[in-house]
Formats: sequence, C-alpha cells, structure tokens
Amino acid sequence: MNRSAIDLWVGVFVVIGFVALIFLALRVGNLASFSAGQTYQIQAKFSNIGGLKVRGPVKSAGVVVGRVVDIRFDNETYEAVVLMDIEQSYQFPRDTTAKILTSGILGEQYIGLEAGGDAKMLATGERLRLTQSAVVLENLISQFLFNKAAEEKPAAK
Amino acid sequence: MPRLDALRGQLERLGAAASSQVWRLGYASRFLGYLVLHSGTALRRFRLTVAEIYFAGVLSLVIILVSGLFVGMVLGLQGYETLQRFGASESLGVLVALSLVRELGPVVAGLLFASRAGSAITAEIGLMKATEQLSAMEMMAVDPVARVVAPRFWGGVISMPLLAALFSAMGVFGGYLVGVQLIGVDPGAFWSQMQAAVDVRNDILNGVYKSVVFGIAVTWIAVFEGYDAVPTAEGVSRATTRTVVTSSLAILALDFVMTALMFTGTEK
Repeated sequence: MNRSAIDLWVGVFVVIGFVALIFLALRVGNLASFSAGQTYQIQAKFSNIGGLKVRGPVKSAGVVVGRVVDIRFDNETYEAVVLMDIEQSYQFPRDTTAKILTSGILGEQYIGLEAGGDAKMLATGERLRLTQSAVVLENLISQFLFNKAAEEKPAAK
Repeated sequence: MPRLDALRGQLERLGAAASSQVWRLGYASRFLGYLVLHSGTALRRFRLTVAEIYFAGVLSLVIILVSGLFVGMVLGLQGYETLQRFGASESLGVLVALSLVRELGPVVAGLLFASRAGSAITAEIGLMKATEQLSAMEMMAVDPVARVVAPRFWGGVISMPLLAALFSAMGVFGGYLVGVQLIGVDPGAFWSQMQAAVDVRNDILNGVYKSVVFGIAVTWIAVFEGYDAVPTAEGVSRATTRTVVTSSLAILALDFVMTALMFTGTEK
C-alpha cells in the first residue's frame, strides 16, 4: 500500500472518529440545548431546595427557559440561594413565582417559573420574591401522621 | 538451620523480584520522558505518525465497530429486561448511553486496543531489536527512539480516543437497534431521556479524558515492553504477553482511580 492510500484511510478514520464524538455530544448529550445565546441572571431564595442540582433546568409551562448556574447557602437567613441564567428571549414579570418541582415521581428536580401580572420585567441581578420550596417526602409523611393523630384524638376521648 | 535458610532464600527472591520491578518502573518512566522529549521527529515528519495511526487506528476499526455494536445490543437487551421490572423501560436510552460513554466505551475499547494494536507494537519493536535493526539505526546515527518508537507512541495516543468515541457511538446505535427497532421502546423517550440525562462535560468529556489516559498507558506499556524485550524469539513472545496483561490491568486500575476522581464529587 503506497503512502497516499494510507493518508486517505487515516483521514477517513480521523473524520469518522470526530463524527462519532460530535454524534455523542449532540445526539446523545445535550450540548445543543445549552444555547450560547444571551442570558440574564436572576436569583431566588428557597427554604429547602431538595435535590436540585447545578445545571438543572429552569422551566416555564414545561419549556426549558434557562439553567441553574449556582446554588449557595445564605448564612444570615439560613436559606438556599439559587442563581439561574434565563435566556434573553424569554422575559418574565417581576412578580413571577418560582417553585421547585419534580419531573415524574422519581425524576430530576427543576425550577418551575409561573409568570405574574406585573408590567415591569425582571432584569439581571433581581430576586424572585415568591418562592415555594421542594416537597420533602419525610415532612409530608410526618405532617400526614400528625394530622391523622389530631383527627383521632377527639374520637378517643 | 536448613529451614531458616530456605525461608531466607524465599525472602531474598521476593526482595529481588520487587526491586527489579521498581527498577523497571523507574526505567519505563525515564523512557517515557526521553520519548516525549525526542518526539520532535515524529511530529515534524508527521507522515511517520500517520502511518502508525493507520496501523493502530484504521486497522483496529473493524473489531472496535463490531464489538461496539454487539456490546450496545447486549446492553439494550439486558437493560430492557431489568428496567421493565420497574416499569422504567423508557429509560433504556439513558442506561445504554451512560454506561457506554462513562465506562464501557473507554474501557472495552482500551482492552481491545491493547490486544489488537498494543501487542502488535510490542512484537514489531521487539523483533526490530532481536534482528538488530535498532542497533543498526544507532550505528547510522539515527535515534531509534525518535525514529521508531515515538511515531508508534503518538499514533496510538491519537487513535485511542477516536476509537473509544466510535465504540460508544456504535454501542448507542446497537442499543437503539435492539431497544427501539426490535423491542419497541418509544424512540422519542429513548432519545429525549438520553439527552436529558447525559451531560456533555460530566459524562462525555470525562469519557474522552479516560480514553486519552488509557491510550497513553497502553501505548507507553507497548513501546516500552518492545524496546525492553529480551532480543530472542522467546523474549519477544514474553514481552507481547506482558504488554497485553500489564496494559489490561493498568486500564482497569486507572479506570477505578479516574472514576473515583470524576464521578464521586459531581452529585451536588
């Protein structure tokens, strides 16, 4: 086999190798959904974020409008501060509510935004006032048990 | 006391074996340093490296693609069997893609690469040494490390990540064939759940890093064993065996270390 034929095959090999990498990145991974477009950053405080993770999706009406970029702990209010990047093309009123929701029963957790009615729109650095924390199963169960106990007490007397 | 003497003999042999292993490790590290410093020729006359990419990469394509396809198909079958017990058969794509890009792609491609290309590199360099071609080069003032070893090293290091990516891509395709075409998992759920769960930086790039590290380890072991082989027929055959055994163990051990480093701290 002469040299030019080898070069051709090596070229083909390198090309399909990179095609495989691009396939993995675009079709298998979610590189495409990380749009490089303009974003603005807003923050929200939650008393409990449950299993929310950095790079988790921010959705409104089920559509991904942004990503969680950082999760911190506020030492003064003992709350979690979640920073999120929202795409510039999606504008939300200032009284938008943020909830931590779960996709499916065992799915990942995400932030759901519900638009309010304010005429002014959110800008970079602003904070969402109205938030709702993640539902923690243990709290839910203990609440349920307490309610049950409270219901049964008068009957026992 | 004859028994004490026998014990001493055993201990001495053990010590000698250990110190000779440490000596070999040191020699191999020095060899790698020398190799990297003298790879100017391999990179300037890139044709030499291209020819080695042909031998290590292109000629390994068939085995890598076919094994990738079958591994993916088996993952599809086995994953479906297990997942449908929990009513989660839609997550088949996630299972296939994550196990391939994180683990199986780099590891199995590395093992195949070690036995297909690594052994060939060792045998070739070992035979060159046995037939005194390397000494002849030195006589002509050609550095055999720069002319023979370095192109093979870089050819292997460049080929390995590409082969691992091809293996993973073929595996995902195999999982798709079995999961969606044969069993009938919903294709929309298969791809969208996969895309939602596989992270480009955390999963795919970490898999690529793994394959780069495995490529360096396997080719380093292969060229060193060849260069260090006892220049006889038996010596070359032993060196070839040692290449496959050592690099397979190195891949599995490095895989554990890298997995521990990469995937334990990411669950935030």
